Amino acid sequence: MSQFVYLVPLFPLIGFLVCGLGRNIWSRTLTGLIGCTAVLASFVVSLLIFNEVRVPGFLPVTVRLFDFIHTSGLNIPFAFQVDQLSALFLLIITGIGFLIHVYSTSYMKEEKPAQFARYFSYLNLFVFSMLLLVLGSNFLILFIGWEGVGLCSYLLIGFWFTNEAYDDAARKAFIMNRIGDVAFLIGIFWILAQFGTLNFQEVFSRAQGGATGPVLVGITLLLFAGATGKSAQIPLYTWLPDAMAGPTPVSALIHAATMVTAGIYMIARCNVLYTLAPVTQGVIAVIGLCTALLAASIALRQNDIKKVLAYSTVSQLGYMFLGLGVGAYTGAVFHVLTHAFFKALLFLGAGSVIHALGGEQDIRKMGGLGKFMPVTRWTFWIGTVAIAGIPPFSGFFSKDEILAHAYANNPVLYWLGLLGALFTAFYMFRLYSLTFKGSFRGTHEQEHHLHESPWAITVPLIILAVGAACAGFLGIPEFMKPQTHVLEKFLAPVFAASDEIRAASLPSASMEWLLTGVSVSLILAVSAWAWTKFKKGVAVKESTGFAKILENKWYVDELYDAVIVKPLNALAGFLNKYVERLGLDRLTDGVGKLVQYFSRQIRLLQSGQVGAYILLMVIGVVVLFVIQIFLNKL
Amino acid sequence: MTVTQILFWFLSILTIFSALMVITRRNPVYSVLWLIITFVCISGHYILLNAQFLAIVNIIVYAGAIMVLFLFVIMLMNLNSDAEPQKNKWMQLAGVVAGGCLLLTMVAALKSASTANDTVTLGSGSIGLIQNLGQVLFKQYVLPFEISSVLFLSAMVGAVVIGKKN
Amino acid sequence: MDMPVNYYIFLGIVLFCIGVIGVLTRRNAIIIFMSIELMLNAVNLLLVAFSQARHALATAHGADNTLVGADGQLFVFFIMVVAAAEVSVGLAIIVMMYRNTHSVDVNFLNRLKH
Repeated sequence: MSQFVYLVPLFPLIGFLVCGLGRNIWSRTLTGLIGCTAVLASFVVSLLIFNEVRVPGFLPVTVRLFDFIHTSGLNIPFAFQVDQLSALFLLIITGIGFLIHVYSTSYMKEEKPAQFARYFSYLNLFVFSMLLLVLGSNFLILFIGWEGVGLCSYLLIGFWFTNEAYDDAARKAFIMNRIGDVAFLIGIFWILAQFGTLNFQEVFSRAQGGATGPVLVGITLLLFAGATGKSAQIPLYTWLPDAMAGPTPVSALIHAATMVTAGIYMIARCNVLYTLAPVTQGVIAVIGLCTALLAASIALRQNDIKKVLAYSTVSQLGYMFLGLGVGAYTGAVFHVLTHAFFKALLFLGAGSVIHALGGEQDIRKMGGLGKFMPVTRWTFWIGTVAIAGIPPFSGFFSKDEILAHAYANNPVLYWLGLLGALFTAFYMFRLYSLTFKGSFRGTHEQEHHLHESPWAITVPLIILAVGAACAGFLGIPEFMKPQTHVLEKFLAPVFAASDEIRAASLPSASMEWLLTGVSVSLILAVSAWAWTKFKKGVAVKESTGFAKILENKWYVDELYDAVIVKPLNALAGFLNKYVERLGLDRLTDGVGKLVQYFSRQIRLLQSGQVGAYILLMVIGVVVLFVIQIFLNKL
Repeated sequence: MTVTQILFWFLSILTIFSALMVITRRNPVYSVLWLIITFVCISGHYILLNAQFLAIVNIIVYAGAIMVLFLFVIMLMNLNSDAEPQKNKWMQLAGVVAGGCLLLTMVAALKSASTANDTVTLGSGSIGLIQNLGQVLFKQYVLPFEISSVLFLSAMVGAVVIGKKN
Repeated sequence: MDMPVNYYIFLGIVLFCIGVIGVLTRRNAIIIFMSIELMLNAVNLLLVAFSQARHALATAHGADNTLVGADGQLFVFFIMVVAAAEVSVGLAIIVMMYRNTHSVDVNFLNRLKH
């Protein structure tokens, strides 16, 4: 079945083309159906492939489609690599993608048919690009998918493009992505120069065969810089909160479950390179941790339901990078899996709430929605508990694994990570309480409209809730029950080379029990505190002091604006005024004026004076003589 | 230096001098007169080269008929040196320079010509004699000869038509 | 009494260039015409010189009665024919020009511009 892996991206590509080209022709039902079936077909094929891959001892299969770049020194085929890691990601992308497509058919049903079809074509294009990214067998295909998802992110964030603020947000996302991409591209060039190939298997084997240390550090740092842009880490994370301008299903798919995990995938894929460059791993761990803490602190004081979730995403991504940085590759991928479930669930739940309230997103104006929207309420509760890290839900297992590896690496990382987890519990329960508990604080007409959302919205919520609750059992850690970490066993071949070089260490079993106990009890305490504190709601007022800094995101955006954006604009303005207007424009105008001048002068030759004509004739004859006789050219 | 050579040099210098006088005289009548002298000198050259027929024809046709025609026209228009139009000084200079360049080019070409070793025998050679010329003319060139009479006819007709007053 | 033909060529060139300078320098149409006649004569002189040179070359080894080189002189003959015809027509035109503009200044011909 893995021979047919090309079908997986093919179906969404066809969906993109069909929906896009037929957007003025077909009805919403038809385009929604086409979009969803395309991804469903991909999901079915992914399941079959997964079935084949999970047999122990499965070796990676490369399916070559055609020669992409073929010159004398360079041979890059367009090929897909099917192994455990890509099979897992295939399932995540197509599975959650399918649920979100179904959700979108109901969420976007108020759009005009042409816009609706445009939405689904973009969504399918996104799924296609993401699949290319995870299936590519060399860095080039990965980069093509990388760019594709960046493009689709821009298209979908600015979906309602008539609003200028949304346009700005889309541009911001794209430009920040691009900045990371420059570093990524330089990293790829360096890999090519150093190893002579871009194929993953070849690069990794050659790297192990003794590549120099500083070179690897440089390459891995550059690749990580690309990941910071795509996966919203410091310093390129500010686009993600602004990206909430797009429709909520888009936020769920792109900015929670799939695109932002592309950086994690890339580093997990290149785990050999990173294990060989411990310096970079340290950098990744520190940046991941700082991002996690920073974003969590900002989320404590946000009042827009989507913004809280956005900062939460940035924070959880920080945890994933922390895991990668301490060598817990499986842990990071595990957290990707669980995060995909509960974050998509939380976003879709938020979308359900926004829809019911007719567009209201300020949680201070919500409350008591639990009575009116039970399904949404309970699924959201499961998501909240999962992300807070309370056993036995999935977030606990994955986060705990990362924190355990972090402790073994450096206890400071553990304690700071725990602090971030406490923040997470606090703001998530704050969010839940303000939204669903207490009494309704909105307007009366909103109250009249309150109702549970249709099945197309609630069924995906239920499915995701089941996943968020149960996915944890795929990764039961060693100290609880030996040899039952299903995911680790499954992904072992992918990380085997790294394990040989330097296996990630774990604290002793008793230490782990202690740590787990401490963290769980602290998290439960904080969660209960947040739950009760915000039952009554929160007044809509200006914050003061330190709270104001948090609410204003530590003024990072303003900092970027002053340090980078304004000087760039000034430079552009200067160049425009002086170089462009005075220099280049004068130059091109000058050429035109010069031609006019010369033509005027030459016109004077036609004076009608016979004498002048004869003179010119004689001069011409002399010139011809000279050329003929002396230069012998005629 | 034999007499013939002295004669050659003398005639050459006279030719060039009178040609210069032609183009520099203000009064057009003087120009005509100097041109006649030039033609006479050239006929002298022809005689040196033993082209007797051409020498005589040159005097009769050119110096005799054509120059007289010029004089008629000049006197018809009553031209004298006061009414003589003068060209712009710069244009005159440009003209002289252009002509000078032409001279320079051709003389330089002459230096590398392959005729450096050819010589002309002065005072001898029989092809200039009228009977030999006549033989060639009426045997090989009889057609151009007849057509030139047609040419004269057309020229006459043309001159009359152009000169008509209406 | 052998004269290198280059002297004749040089003489012809000088005469021709004097004619050219005359055409370029003068404004009187009749003088220009006369300069053209001067140029024609320079060419005639050259042709006759060449014909004599060829004849001398051909008869260098005896045989004094060949007719080699007669072509040159006959060409001169025809040039004179044509010159005569041309002068008559040209002068008729100049008379016509004088009748219209009462001047023989060639600069007045700048009405060709319109």
